Amino acid sequence: MTNSVYFDYAATTPVSPDVLKVMIPYFSEIFGNPSSIHQWGQSAEAVLEKARSRCGKVLNIPSENVIFTSGGTESDNFAMRGCAFSRRKLYGADEIVISPVEHDAVSKTAIQLRDEFGFVLKILPVDQFGMVDPDTVRNLLTKKTAIVSVIYGNNEIGTINPIAEIGRICQEQNIPFHSDAVQAAAHLPMDMVRDHLNLISIGAHKMYGPKGVGLLGLNSISDLLPVQTGGGQENHKRAGTQNIPLIIGLAEAFYLAQNNIEERNARFSYLRDRLICKILHEISGSQLTGHPTRRLPNHASFVFDGIDGNRLLMYLDARGFACSSGSACKVGSPSPSGVLLALGIQPELALGSLRITLGDKSTEMQVDALVQALAESIQRMRK
Amino acid sequence: MKAGLKEKVVVGMSGGVDSSVAALLLKQQGYDVTGIMLRLWTEPGKECENSCCTPEAMTAARRVASMLEIPFYVIDARDLFRKEIVEFFFDGYRSGITPNPCVRCNQVIRWGFFLQETQNLGASYLATGHYARLEQGRDGRIILKKGLDEGKDQSYVLSGLTQEQLRATILPIGDLEKRVVRDIARNFNLPTAEKKDSQDLCFLAGDDYRHFLRRMVPEILEPGPIVDVNGKKLGEHTGLPEYTIGQRKGLGAIQEPYYVLRKEIETNSLVIGKKEELGSDTFFIETMNWISDISTSFPEKAEVKIRYKAPAVPASISLRGNGAICVKFDNKIRDITPGQQAVLYDGDVCLGGGIISQVAYK
Repeated sequence: MTNSVYFDYAATTPVSPDVLKVMIPYFSEIFGNPSSIHQWGQSAEAVLEKARSRCGKVLNIPSENVIFTSGGTESDNFAMRGCAFSRRKLYGADEIVISPVEHDAVSKTAIQLRDEFGFVLKILPVDQFGMVDPDTVRNLLTKKTAIVSVIYGNNEIGTINPIAEIGRICQEQNIPFHSDAVQAAAHLPMDMVRDHLNLISIGAHKMYGPKGVGLLGLNSISDLLPVQTGGGQENHKRAGTQNIPLIIGLAEAFYLAQNNIEERNARFSYLRDRLICKILHEISGSQLTGHPTRRLPNHASFVFDGIDGNRLLMYLDARGFACSSGSACKVGSPSPSGVLLALGIQPELALGSLRITLGDKSTEMQVDALVQALAESIQRMRK
Repeated sequence: MKAGLKEKVVVGMSGGVDSSVAALLLKQQGYDVTGIMLRLWTEPGKECENSCCTPEAMTAARRVASMLEIPFYVIDARDLFRKEIVEFFFDGYRSGITPNPCVRCNQVIRWGFFLQETQNLGASYLATGHYARLEQGRDGRIILKKGLDEGKDQSYVLSGLTQEQLRATILPIGDLEKRVVRDIARNFNLPTAEKKDSQDLCFLAGDDYRHFLRRMVPEILEPGPIVDVNGKKLGEHTGLPEYTIGQRKGLGAIQEPYYVLRKEIETNSLVIGKKEELGSDTFFIETMNWISDISTSFPEKAEVKIRYKAPAVPASISLRGNGAICVKFDNKIRDITPGQQAVLYDGDVCLGGGIISQVAYK
């Protein structure tokens, strides 16, 4: 394993030593419950609120609008459910609008709201790159729209959506707009005001932070039905004793991810474009999925003609390269990814998908070696 | 990756105790081991009951792999298995014979597609948890021998393999007894130690093959006459595939103890008779797969198994035109069934095997 090269940073990242260092004291030294009256509790509360304020600053929202959660999936669930239920109760709004390329955390929640709770689900069209055209959003909005959710940077195909433009359209009609920014927050400058976003989902482990922690950022929205009830934590919106060390880790990782973005992205996009260019040039029957330029700087994704994507991952792993596919399946019964199908890719072709995502340790040499291993693997598989 | 210090072996893992211990032994012997499970076809809706690639079997194999610190993957071979094995199964019954899909699966799937995959992955060998032994003879040929645990011997299902396939194979538990295999698994706390032996015909998922045929290919079950050896009609059968040779029960309204003697595909008749009419002393193998070398000395005597669990019975072997062989026993043997694999042995050594193409009746 130690000799394997990791190219799956969109799946998860290692916790950076700087992040780990700031987390450590909060496991056993400063361990108080931030809800407690005594000084142990007060110290914990102080660092919790400092972390909240750091995250709020990065998102350009008041710190009390930051709700810590267990990760991106919970944030997505909370945003969709919390907003849908609350808006239906207050205004009778019972329509949900999402794109067809959402992460499952959004789409499956929306489907449950439709199937079990009687909401109407409307799906936005996307172009061949999986991008939403803001004008089509306008067409779907009605007085009954409870929430609009469009993924910021796509986890499978890397495409970045025109979030600010969609946000402006929703804002004109006073409709809450949510975006899953779990991938994007690791690479793109976040600003909820600039993007006219009312709700944003962030997870720490895609940006060198720990797993099991994330946040839901709110802007000019107060009516959100709590999904997890209990104590009064998180402004009565999300009950449960806060996980201080993880939250500290999230705040640090988010802060670091939002610094030196340009410099890092220049390096990433150079490697990404080299990878894309070499693969499309050297491997026949290969096709880039997602937008060629408006994509996450560390993200390259493909489909290969006549290839079983899961077998390809095994071949690459055996050669020492860890990648991912849109139909990742560990039990040998892959089905084509809904995201790729939404782009108009044929099901057989969609089964041959590959996602390569770069990280801080990726080098040009590794990229070149990966392309060579990929070309050889595909050649063998096609024999 | 590591430089080629260790030879790479892929172990076909089923989530059972045998393949788990096979992987463990290879790891101990210093090989660079990778575990792979083949996802095979199961009738839609019965995926959870297939004996070797259920979610539980997969979890078990994954746990063993992680304990052994070896990589583990699952390869989707469902379409290929459906096309090559399940269709073969249907075709066999359609043509009036009783096919053996396990022998075929080993030839085409495990030591065909899968062996190719392991070689593509850079492995020198494919290893499995079969109870059989491989040795290299002085002439360089690979000798296939029965497993040391004769009660568990699986050389029968490997008798269709070629020298080239056997040369790329390791059978790590062939010289162990089943109870020793279980002991090893227990000693290493492998979660598969107490797993029950799998039954054959994995894709039936424990169901009766007759029900399976009725659901999948009802058109091959065509009712026809039940006749005696003189052609006298005694009743109606519900479709030849539903009967096995030697079967006594289920022959309809016929009162006396009658047995299925054979099937006559041309007239779609089921020939039945008295117990003393059962059996034959001669059958033919049209295409014989010789594992041993017959160019220098042809084995005129051999012990022959006509089914997986049948005893090996001495017989005379003679070569016919076109490479077909004739097997003649001293006495009549019951239930020789066209379509089943007949396997020839010289003591422990498996000489080869082939599908019974024709049975001679006097």
